[in-house]
Amino acid sequence: MTDTTKKTGISRRSLLKTGAAAAAGAALGSGAITGFPTIWAQNPITLRQFGTGVSNLNAIAEKCKEDLGITLEMTATDSDAAAQRAVTQPDSYDIADIEYWILKKVFPTGVIQPMDTSRLTYYDKIVPLFKNGKLTPDSVIAQGTAPHTVGFVEGPDSKSFAAGETGWFTMVPTIYNADTLGIRPDLVGRDITSWADIMDPAFKGKTSILNIPSIGIMDAAMIMEAMGELTYADKGNMTTEEIDRTIDFLIAAKQAGQFRAFWKSFDESVNLMSSGEVVIQSMWSPAVAAVRAKGIPCVYQPLKEGYRSWGGGLGLAAHLSGAQLDAAYEYINWYTSGWVGGYLNRQGYYSAAMETAKEYMSEDEWGFWIEGKAAAGDILSPDGVVMEKAGAVRDGGSFEERMGSVACWNSVMDEDRYMVRRWNEFIAA
Amino acid sequence: MNTLLNRATPYLQATPLAVILGFFLAVPILLLLIVSFWDYDFAGMYPGWETFNYTDTLGSWVTWKTYLNTLKYAAMVWALTAFIGFWVAYFLAFHVRSATTQIVLFLICTVPFLTSNIIRMISWIPVLGRNGLVNSGLVNAGIVEQPIEWLLYSDFAVVLAMVHLYTLFMVTPIFNTMMRIDRSLVEAARDAGAADWQIVWNVILPLAKPGIAIGTIFVVTLVMADFSTVQVMSGGQSASVALMMRNQMSLLQYPAAAANAIVLLVLVLVMVAGILRIVDIRKEL
Repeated sequence: MTDTTKKTGISRRSLLKTGAAAAAGAALGSGAITGFPTIWAQNPITLRQFGTGVSNLNAIAEKCKEDLGITLEMTATDSDAAAQRAVTQPDSYDIADIEYWILKKVFPTGVIQPMDTSRLTYYDKIVPLFKNGKLTPDSVIAQGTAPHTVGFVEGPDSKSFAAGETGWFTMVPTIYNADTLGIRPDLVGRDITSWADIMDPAFKGKTSILNIPSIGIMDAAMIMEAMGELTYADKGNMTTEEIDRTIDFLIAAKQAGQFRAFWKSFDESVNLMSSGEVVIQSMWSPAVAAVRAKGIPCVYQPLKEGYRSWGGGLGLAAHLSGAQLDAAYEYINWYTSGWVGGYLNRQGYYSAAMETAKEYMSEDEWGFWIEGKAAAGDILSPDGVVMEKAGAVRDGGSFEERMGSVACWNSVMDEDRYMVRRWNEFIAA
Repeated sequence: MNTLLNRATPYLQATPLAVILGFFLAVPILLLLIVSFWDYDFAGMYPGWETFNYTDTLGSWVTWKTYLNTLKYAAMVWALTAFIGFWVAYFLAFHVRSATTQIVLFLICTVPFLTSNIIRMISWIPVLGRNGLVNSGLVNAGIVEQPIEWLLYSDFAVVLAMVHLYTLFMVTPIFNTMMRIDRSLVEAARDAGAADWQIVWNVILPLAKPGIAIGTIFVVTLVMADFSTVQVMSGGQSASVALMMRNQMSLLQYPAAAANAIVLLVLVLVMVAGILRIVDIRKEL
């Protein structure tokens, strides 16, 4: 399909199909209406979205229905299943809500269509991290599958990633965060400043890392590098020799009894921490919040080597066209227009369009979550539960401080299969 | 015509079960066998006739170590459940006089089964943990100075939970066999001057063998196929065969997991055949 048929095809088809609603659709398709949501209620449109769960939130579906009249059907899977579904059942979804490292595997198979950035109302508001890899002009680009490296393609039919900004986006970034180690400040008994501290003999039998190979290996690499055992060319794409040395190191540590357990699911990490079985471990930010919600002190400790970061976005299924494609663009423009961003920011994640999200947050919320200021009043979660008392400061500080010191992004390695095999040996050893 | 019908009757009578077993047992295993020869990547499975799933599985020391580890669990759990199961059944069958009390006591044995497996397993965690009931009790009583680490996330924890979960599978068949033992045999042995332990050793134990064999088959297959107990109670530190399969499935390596399942199936069938050679359980049926 060429560009011209795409543009005109939209209004013609809508006209034929739906009569009255077509006016709105055509106006939207031609770009006449911007920043003003079209109500699709007269012509009920359903978008099927699947993804990895973090951002598959019912609140978003409800608000979307309310604002746009678009019904959002959401399915959550784990990341491996998401990758498989994206590739093998491309007609089963309209919107893919996946992480960038999954996109790296999925996009070359041609199941996601590039999106025209000129149709994205808030493209300019998207933080530069997703365009050139730099949060601020003097930031250092992190290792691993950095989102900007898989963010653009050359044209509407291209299947290989472009080096820089091109006007054709693979996914619009929506949610991301910086991960680090969680600690029990009351039990560690000293300052924790480095990833290497998890290997401190003082914490023998009181540490844990996560048993999800693709992420666990990155945490292990952060630890190895911090200890000065090995410097990686790219932690996100190790050579077999680097994988061997990392796994051998992990096996030695395991046999020496350094680890208490390996966790696979969110609740396991919460229980290990809150019961005091471990005092320092890999953790995700909502798990830290869950431990604190029990009244147990837990800190998402910033470390001098930096964070391991992850990011996800929304991609358009290749089969979308016509009114459905319009609705998908409309949904994405709504998604980045602020309400969702504010919601995600208040959960401790970050929105990709920060400026728009700011309008949907109170000054105090913005100060606490984004600017790293002490909270003036109690900080509430989106569903109204007190997350932090007045006076609290976010672990790791401001958005710039946290996302500015990302050392590597979650990634998929060329030697992925070999890595997984060796990881299984580590667990069996 | 009539003779034909007569000859067909047993086949007709066997048909429903054959259909059910064929559909729910034979066909799935056949599919498993076929898939185990396929090729795969993250995106899907590709029909073929590859043997690398087997060579990869059998050629890796991880597999052997994992199988050994699982067999170790099976042996330990079997020994403990057989010992406990035998004495519980013995008590129920020979020491409890009235049939009503027997049934009531037996039902009490099954009460834990009203809750789910997972719950019964997870309940051990707050008991055995570093700050758990046992450790805080021991520390407060001054028996130990530091909490005992190996109570949780260790082989001990795995075996303890499995014994707890699976002992009843041993008690039931042994109890059932013991109830069929002719009491006059015990009286005859006593008249002949046998001591209590001689009666147990020379009369009851040999006659209870079919029950022990059936219980053994239950326990061994349950332990060999277990993944959740090993994962939860070892804190992910130990591997079991089924856990290895689950890891492969979560990474969408279905053909590899299928090959593993076939290997496990063959091993378990060999073990069951071995048990059946030693003990004739048909006496029981």
